[in-house]
Amino acid sequence: MDSVTPYVVLSAILFTIGCVGVLVRRNAIVVFMCVELMLNAANLALVAFAHQHGNLDGQVAAFFVMVVAAAEVVIGLAIIMTIYRTRRSASVDDASLLRW
Amino acid sequence: MTAFWVLAPVMVLAALGILFVRKAVHAALLLAVVMVSLAVLYAALEAPFLFAVQIVVYTGAILMLFLFVLMLVGVDASDSVVETIPGQRVLAVLVGLLLLVTLLTGLSQVSLGAAQGLGAVSPDGNIAGIADLLFSRYVVAFEVTSALLITAAVGAMVLAHRERLEPRRTQADLAAQRVRDFVERGTPLGNLPAPGTYARHNAVDTPALLPDGTPAPASVPRVLVARGVVRTPDPRREDGRGLDTPGPARSARGPGYSTNERAAVGGGGGTGTSEARRTETTGEPEGGQ
Repeated sequence: MDSVTPYVVLSAILFTIGCVGVLVRRNAIVVFMCVELMLNAANLALVAFAHQHGNLDGQVAAFFVMVVAAAEVVIGLAIIMTIYRTRRSASVDDASLLRW
Repeated sequence: MTAFWVLAPVMVLAALGILFVRKAVHAALLLAVVMVSLAVLYAALEAPFLFAVQIVVYTGAILMLFLFVLMLVGVDASDSVVETIPGQRVLAVLVGLLLLVTLLTGLSQVSLGAAQGLGAVSPDGNIAGIADLLFSRYVVAFEVTSALLITAAVGAMVLAHRERLEPRRTQADLAAQRVRDFVERGTPLGNLPAPGTYARHNAVDTPALLPDGTPAPASVPRVLVARGVVRTPDPRREDGRGLDTPGPARSARGPGYSTNERAAVGGGGGTGTSEARRTETTGEPEGGQ
């Protein structure tokens, strides 16, 4: 059976892309998608290492990451919607003030 | 490994696409590509349970939620290309490259050797193995997860709930408002004209024709006007795809939808008085419809 190194490399690449996306994009929803991409990349690394070491704990950890991601998405999108409702904009630049 | 080498380029390209596409909807679709491919990779890595969960939770629930919020926020809320902090984009790419180099350098320091595989750990299958772990060693975390999910649900309800600041407008209020508008400003009392009446074809993007042959912009939905996809009916074109400007000054124009088209429908081709009347009607809120 061959090594899982390519999977981990792919995970690193995806994580980097998500990271750059968070820094570069201005639309809050797209920024959020990039956060999801980073979470997915971390999941891939967890599953790959679980396969590598013959240990199911990595898969359980990935499962928990998915649960937390689901909760986080719900809250994050609700916040984005609230901000959009008050400011009529989903850009992260416009939400520089948290007062009104 | 075949699945990996087929899917890895697709995933990297789709992920890069998220960085570059202008519209958020396209980014969501590219993210769906990445997530479905990831699910296949999970299956290749002996994780059939996570394969199913990835498809159900990520592509099914989370991406649907993203698209739903995109619809609420406005599909064409495209990203601005203006850099608010000078040089930020270059620096961000630089930092990203540094991160990638760091990660890959760290990876190149270790030699993982041959993968052991999961056959020995879960003789009863992947799902039984995960269930064993989840309900023994990780049972506390699993229970805490339920608290997290309830908190998230309540939090989303609290955040997305909007207090009603003014009394709800009933049907009687709307009718009274409509009559008041008719008396004061002369907006039509009845229904707005249906699209396509007397025009060549009665699609919703074709405005109705008034008795003098000019189109009535109030007959097309405002959303289509805002998107700029309204057609102009030209009775002289036999194929029904008349895209020329209305009125006497007809000029040949290329096919397809254009912003000029919207200007022609909304602002051009009409006499002065009916013009003013028309813009007023279009700007009217359609609460009573």
